[in-house]
Amino acid sequence: MSGLARIPWSWGFVLAMALLPLVFPDPYVLAVLTSAGIFIVGAISLNLLLGYTGQLSLGHVAFFGLGAYASALVSLGFDVGLGFGVRVTMGPQPVWLGFVAAIVVAGGFGWLLGRLAFKVRGAFFVILTVCFAQVLRMVALNWIELTQGPMALIGIPAFSLWLPGQGVVALTSKAQNYWLVLAVAVLAFLLVRQVVNSRMGRAFVALRSNEALARSVGIRVTHYLVVATVLSAGIAGAAGSLFAHYTRIIDPDVFLFIYTVTMVIMVITGGKGSLWGPVVGGLVFGLVPDLLRGRAAPEAQWVLYGVAMILFVMFLPRGIVPAVAGLWERRR
Amino acid sequence: MSAALLEVEHLAVHIGGLVAIADASFSVPEGSIVSLIGPNGAGKTTAFNVISGYMRPTRGSIRFAGEAITGLAPERVAERGLVRSFQRTSVFMGCTVLENALMALHRRGKAGLLAALSPWGAVRREEAMLREAAWEMLRFVGLEARAETLAEALAYGEQRRLGIALAAAASPRLLMLDEPAAGLNPSETAECMALIRGLRERGMTVLLVEHDMAMVMQMSDSIVVLNQGRIIATGAPAEIRANPEVIRAYLGSEAAHVAA
Ligand SMILES: Nc1ncnc2c1ncn2[C@@H]1O[C@H](COP(=O)(O)OP(=O)(O)O)[C@@H](O)[C@H]1O
Ligand SMILES: [Mg+2]
Repeated sequence: MSGLARIPWSWGFVLAMALLPLVFPDPYVLAVLTSAGIFIVGAISLNLLLGYTGQLSLGHVAFFGLGAYASALVSLGFDVGLGFGVRVTMGPQPVWLGFVAAIVVAGGFGWLLGRLAFKVRGAFFVILTVCFAQVLRMVALNWIELTQGPMALIGIPAFSLWLPGQGVVALTSKAQNYWLVLAVAVLAFLLVRQVVNSRMGRAFVALRSNEALARSVGIRVTHYLVVATVLSAGIAGAAGSLFAHYTRIIDPDVFLFIYTVTMVIMVITGGKGSLWGPVVGGLVFGLVPDLLRGRAAPEAQWVLYGVAMILFVMFLPRGIVPAVAGLWERRR
Repeated sequence: MSAALLEVEHLAVHIGGLVAIADASFSVPEGSIVSLIGPNGAGKTTAFNVISGYMRPTRGSIRFAGEAITGLAPERVAERGLVRSFQRTSVFMGCTVLENALMALHRRGKAGLLAALSPWGAVRREEAMLREAAWEMLRFVGLEARAETLAEALAYGEQRRLGIALAAAASPRLLMLDEPAAGLNPSETAECMALIRGLRERGMTVLLVEHDMAMVMQMSDSIVVLNQGRIIATGAPAEIRANPEVIRAYLGSEAAHVAA
């Protein structure tokens, strides 16, 4: 699979990224890289489903948005009526608890969606996932008591961490947020690498490559697809939590279809089913829009995205990373 | 007389309005090689699909090792030790030969999600065991030198052999092979026969669908003849060869076919 992942230059890359704020502390660059990093975590999670199990979830943003809302609500506290005189109340909790809640809530919904949706495959699955995200957006818009609807959840606290010698510290500076996102991205990458190189990861790839054959040798299709969805959803939830505490405000637009499209584009251009694919695709598509900002209207940007996407599908269908890895192999 | 490992009773399969199998009963004794033969369209592949859980029978029952498996999903059937190969070459494309073997060895491992996240101790040993078993399987089928080759880059004969190896790697009690020698030249067919005999020596019972009559006659302990969805004869190779109905329905037409 990806032999690239084992070469130590990967750690060199992480080190260089970690040192960047020290040698080049430009707040604008850090802000762009931080939001790119959040979407790279989302793309890494999507790659597990799309790249390894071969299931196209066009509702992936649902897990991202669920994570964002779960994390924001846990850290802000909430008081909401469920009808029949039942009220659920929770005071503000530490942000790390919100982060955990984001993973658990998104993972739980991943389990639910997987259980329901994997009775069908292909187009039906894609449609179900799209509907899932749309329903959540409607809930977020209309359940005003919980989500404030279009008025947005505001005043979300910044991420805070317990640091030795300093106690609990709120990560308010650009560099601190950048490092936090980098750390979560590295963890997500390592988690996915560990999984795809295991017996379980082989089962994912076997299902993608030849489902009938995989079943004939005893690989439980639904079980593995559900496990992959839960994992993928949990990681996307973590990305959503990072997003909520970085932007400090979220509204129902976190469920917008365009975010799913962004993550899908990142995975496909970078190379689905390769560990570095979403990282490379995420860097390209996370940075390009900001390079274009001010030079091209947003509409023109979307047209450019579309054109780039078509060119990729036509000329580099497997994505940047597999193409470069292929060239590299041939040169040696 | 050893006990039957597989018992198929009054099996009927209707596909739409078409009767693919009308009424078929046969059994496969443990440790034997049984062949299922019949002209094209007789219902052999359909029988495989139903037994291995890919299709539901319209009527009838299937028992494996004494337990009913009718209607179980393919992966559940495989878990009980009944694994089939496919008539159309079926391997894991996009994966190397070694990865193919590792995927097919799935049933021999246990490691789940937690194990994937803590790759030490028992999990490491399991992974090493699976790799050793994969290499051993590749040596056994003579694909060791091709371990790092992508499955789609193999020659046709090698792909067929890999297909058998994948079914065998799941270490089934009953291995069902659907035309393993289809499209092979005589020397490849001889290798294929040696391979199947080797698998039987490893304790696998074999249910074989094959058109190569020389191979069927040499290898089988008993033969079941299917014609237009019905079993028209069952017996040892010598009996089948002498059975007038079989000659009329199949062997004769086959001979005519070859002559034409
Ligand atoms: N999926 C299917 N849909 C429609 N007809 C089928 C299907 N599978 C098999 N058949 C029909 O069932 C009959 C038996 O086919 P099959 O089991 O493939 O025969 P064999 O393997 O003995 O050549 C044939 O008439 C075939 O056309
Ligand atoms: Mg057939």
